[in-house]
Amino acid sequence: MKSPRTRLAALLALLVAGVLLAGCHGATSLPFRLTDLTGHMPQLEFNLTSDENKPVSAADYRGKVVLLFFGYTHCPDVCPLTMAQLHVVMNKLGAQADGARILFVSVDPTRDTPAVLHGYVNAFDKRAVGLTGTPRAVEALVKRYRSAFTREPSGKDGNYEVSHSSAIYVFDRDGNPRVLYTPADKQDDLVHDLQLLLDQGEPT
Amino acid sequence: MKHARLLALLAGLALATGVHAGAADQVRATHAWIRVLPGALPAGGYVTLENHGDQPVALTGARSTAYAEVMLHHSSTEGGVSRMAMVDSLSIPAHGTAVLAPGGYHLMLMKPAAAVLPGHQVQLQLQFDDGSSLPVDFLARPANALGDEAPAPAHSGH
Repeated sequence: MKSPRTRLAALLALLVAGVLLAGCHGATSLPFRLTDLTGHMPQLEFNLTSDENKPVSAADYRGKVVLLFFGYTHCPDVCPLTMAQLHVVMNKLGAQADGARILFVSVDPTRDTPAVLHGYVNAFDKRAVGLTGTPRAVEALVKRYRSAFTREPSGKDGNYEVSHSSAIYVFDRDGNPRVLYTPADKQDDLVHDLQLLLDQGEPT
Repeated sequence: MKHARLLALLAGLALATGVHAGAADQVRATHAWIRVLPGALPAGGYVTLENHGDQPVALTGARSTAYAEVMLHHSSTEGGVSRMAMVDSLSIPAHGTAVLAPGGYHLMLMKPAAAVLPGHQVQLQLQFDDGSSLPVDFLARPANALGDEAPAPAHSGH
């Protein structure tokens, strides 16, 4: 007869194995062209406010392929360029794009209210969502993906710029980080990898 | 009456600057457009400048009645970080071209006097280092415009 302790340990081991398998289930190896993030970063997790002024978490986007991008609306050049490029990518995906969401997370929550974000993201793509929140909540998400941002010193008129990571993190429908897209990468490679993820279908 | 004389003098100077024939006469501006963002968010202004003269010319900025503030900026992405910096001037070599395009040099247009909407033409007075200026009509394009034939951004040391 095994002791209850041994049985408990065996049970725990089984549970852990089950969790690991479940974790791997949604992250089967795929022939990505971009930098493969599979298994290198934690699952998508956040508690923020959407551009429709509703509290949202990563769970609200399970079932969607997520493109996570950090930016801010007072950025007149690079952020709109990236968003415009993502709009092109979404259009190239055709009807499949409905299975994807662009999450634009503001690294300037002081100025980026849900209302400002709402007008902003919708000017680019109807599948784009603006997210903002407390500086702490935004920073937690930024740090989770080893990203960074810095608020530059204010000018004489109180205006300021924010330096931020230019990468886009792509998550599968189960919220697992899968690929990293940087401005140096080819747009068609992003389209290719998104197609692979969208072909995976809805999670069971 | 000292005040009035000073004003007259300043007006005269302003006039002289406007009439001044210089760098502006050698420069041809094409592909001038603005990426319009919703609300009063700052917008990016882009243009291709060809210098047909034998001397280099430097763009120092722009002015417009449509925007309270205009600054010459440069975006860069180094080590995976995007940042924007103000620049004093952008040189256009003799018989050469300087490109202000998304992801590189641009005019940051702030505090619009009235809403600028896609399809509008907005005139900017491009300012050069010799004090001359060139009026250029910029076409306002929607936020998700990809550019005007999207010329490659000019890569420069600063």
